[in-house]
Amino acid sequence: MSHPTAQEQILDFVRGRYPQAEIDAAQDIFALGFVNSLFAMELVMHVEKTFGVTIPNEELRIDNFRTATAMAGLVARLSPTVAAA
Amino acid sequence: MTLVAPVPVQVVDRRSARAFVDAHVVPYADAYDRIGRVPEDLLRHVAAAGLWAPFLPPESGGAGMDLVTLGEVHEEVGRGCSSLRSLLTVHTMVAWTVQRWGTPEQRARWAPGLAAGTTLGAFCLSEPGAGSDTSAIATTAVEGGGGWVLDGVKKWTTGGQRADLFLVFARTAASIGAFLVPRSAPGVRVTPIEDMLGTRASMLAEISFDGVVLGPDALLGPSSGFTAGMVLTGTLDLGRYSVAAGSVGIVQACLEASAAYAACRRVGGRPLAELPLIQAKLSDMVTDARAARLLLAEAGRLKDAGDAGTIMATWIAKYFASTAAVRHAAEAVQIHGANGCSPDYPVARFYRDAKVMEIIEGSNEIQRITIAGQAERETTR
Ligand SMILES: Cc1cc2nc3c(=O)[nH]c(=O)nc-3n(C[C@H](O)[C@H](O)[C@H](O)COP(=O)(O)OP(=O)(O)OC[C@H]3O[C@@H](n4cnc5c(N)ncnc54)[C@H](O)[C@@H]3O)c2cc1C
Repeated sequence: MSHPTAQEQILDFVRGRYPQAEIDAAQDIFALGFVNSLFAMELVMHVEKTFGVTIPNEELRIDNFRTATAMAGLVARLSPTVAAA
Repeated sequence: MTLVAPVPVQVVDRRSARAFVDAHVVPYADAYDRIGRVPEDLLRHVAAAGLWAPFLPPESGGAGMDLVTLGEVHEEVGRGCSSLRSLLTVHTMVAWTVQRWGTPEQRARWAPGLAAGTTLGAFCLSEPGAGSDTSAIATTAVEGGGGWVLDGVKKWTTGGQRADLFLVFARTAASIGAFLVPRSAPGVRVTPIEDMLGTRASMLAEISFDGVVLGPDALLGPSSGFTAGMVLTGTLDLGRYSVAAGSVGIVQACLEASAAYAACRRVGGRPLAELPLIQAKLSDMVTDARAARLLLAEAGRLKDAGDAGTIMATWIAKYFASTAAVRHAAEAVQIHGANGCSPDYPVARFYRDAKVMEIIEGSNEIQRITIAGQAERETTR
């Protein structure tokens, strides 16, 4: 069985929180209008815990979190081994 | 009148916290409530016991205490005195935020004093025109001259009369920023707020900032809108956790006071404790104290694991514990009859303090809206 990619795992998390929305990896989740600061915090915590990374302040830019693809890219920069998996 | 006992113990867990609170807080809390402040001696004892910010890592001067244990410690403090617990809460929020979002330089500058309690922190979000609706804050931080200029008025700042360092949320051009503002900065004015309903010794103040010039290093975290919301959410999350813990402490205090009173007070030749209606009240206190404690522990466990679920778990723990505190404080007064309305027993204080817990760190209404929002999402899954 193959492991889900970072992008798939992130997408699962977002979809789990907002099952009524149709979200793909390229979807700008902030443009959907339901992201509040609570969810933003949950998102950051989820990425940090799931991939064992610490996101430095300078990477905490909205562009890094707009889409599952962008978040997976961030994870890849912070932790190359995770990205390769 | 002596208001504190000598020789504090080091607080490292619930047991030592309980011993500290029984020795240094419980006997004097009613007096603090009456004089409307926590005396300096006790603040020093709290420092000597290592209680101000034990969760900070050792390199920042803390003890690396996990958050489950911190919750237990704040519960014990809340059992003794909600005013002192409130001071710990806002200090905790400031210390945690510096640790979580500060640059190495900001941490080096502020964390050791916050850990030692030589720098006391306070949290400034609410304003005369903005409470639940944080987006309505009118305090501004304008970038210029390589730093910031802060203008506005903050209200209901717990510990504001005494704090050395204010964590101030202000509107910036881009969004809302979190700023570290020393009390000593020119243009900062502190006006005490006296005679509140509850947590009367928590030294509330209105703080005005009149053209306060700050360096670039006053800003915590990057100034993008995305993170500003997160700094605030994270700070409030920890504050909510501490208030939940304090509320569990109030329920426990109500239980202990009521059980002791019911065992001694006799009506019709029998102790109150033998009357079924009184037993029903006591059993509900026992049950809710345990349930609230478990919700708190769950939220703490998720925090220690870095699990995003902690934020909702903390909302739920705070909602349950604060409403339980109000319910049981009312019943504790009831069990004490006229004595419960008098200054001779602590339950009148618990009753007044408990009400505050339903308003601060997200009022009951806001909690219900947030928790129901989650329920709606889960059921449409
Ligand atoms: C003892 C004490 C200590 C405090 N310490 C601090 C502190 O240290 N720092 C700080 O920044 N603030 C502090 N506060 C302020 C506290 O955070 C606010 O009181 C709280 O956020 C509520 O805001 P408000 O009082 O302006 O009430 P409002 O926001 O005006 O609300 C009034 C009522 O309307 C309800 N309501 C509001 N919005 C909605 C809605 N959308 N739907 C349904 N009902 C709603 C509220 O629940 C409340 O019952 C303190 C307050 C007290 C009493």
